[in-house]
Amino acid sequence: MTQVTDKSKLSRRDVLKVAGVGTVAALGAATLAGNANATPADVDAYFKKVKAAGAKASKVTVDGPEIAENGNTVPVEISVDAPQTEKEYVKTIFVAADGNPSPEVITFNLTPASGSARVKFRVRLATTQKVRAVAMMNDGRTFTGEKEIKVTIGGCGG
Amino acid sequence: MAKAPKPRVKAPKKAEKGDVVTIKTTISHRMESGQRKGKDGKKIPKRIINKFEALFNGKEIMSANLFTSISANPYIDFDMLVTEAGEFEFKWYDDNGDVYTKKSKMKLG
Repeated sequence: MTQVTDKSKLSRRDVLKVAGVGTVAALGAATLAGNANATPADVDAYFKKVKAAGAKASKVTVDGPEIAENGNTVPVEISVDAPQTEKEYVKTIFVAADGNPSPEVITFNLTPASGSARVKFRVRLATTQKVRAVAMMNDGRTFTGEKEIKVTIGGCGG
Repeated sequence: MAKAPKPRVKAPKKAEKGDVVTIKTTISHRMESGQRKGKDGKKIPKRIINKFEALFNGKEIMSANLFTSISANPYIDFDMLVTEAGEFEFKWYDDNGDVYTKKSKMKLG
C-alpha cells in the first residue's frame, strides 16, 4: 500500500493511487460482509480444482428460462448428448454459476444405471449470470455447455 | 426450522424392462445458505442438505453433492434404466447430521 507522509508533496498521481487503494479496501470489506459474488474466473478456478478445466464446448445442453422473474428458484435442466452404458457413460456433471456468492451449485455422480445423462434441479441465482456445466465421461473426457439466465429479483438477499 | 424436513418422491410403481423412467424427488428444507441475516442482525448459520443419494435394490443409481446455491426445498429429477423389479431408496443428508430416507417399490409389467 502506498504511504503518503508529506502532504505538501502530494501530486495528482499520488492522490489517484490513494483513491485506488481506498476502492480496493472497500471491495475487500464487501467480501467480508458476504456480499461479493463469484466471477467467471472463480468458476474457472473451481473447474480447475475439480480437474474439469479446458472442457470442449459441445454435447452439454443447459436449459433454463431466458428470464427468471424470481431468482430464488430457477429450474435448470442439464442433458448430455452421450450414451449411458456400462462401457461409456457420463460419470460426473459439475454445475457452477458465475454470479453467486460461491461458484459451486451442484455436482451429480451418475452411473450406467441412470439410463440417460439428464438431470433437473432448481437453483438460486443472485443476479443475471451464466450457469455453466461440465460433464466428465468415465474415460476422463470433458464437455461443457452454458446458458445465461436473466434474473429480475435476486435470490440470495437477506 | 419449524417442521421436520419431509421428503416426497414421484417414482413409477410399474415399468417395462429396458424403459428409462424419470424419478422426481423433493424435500421440504430451508436450505439456509449462511448468507442471510436474522432480526438480530446476526447471520443465520448455514444448514443445507449437502448430499442426495438414489439407490435401487441397494445399488447406486446416482448421487448429488448440493451447495448453497440450490433453492429451498431442493428438487432433483433424474432418470433410471429399468432392469429388474425392486425397491428404490432415497437419502438426503442434512448439515446437522440427520439423514432422511424414503422408500418406494417398483414392479415389472
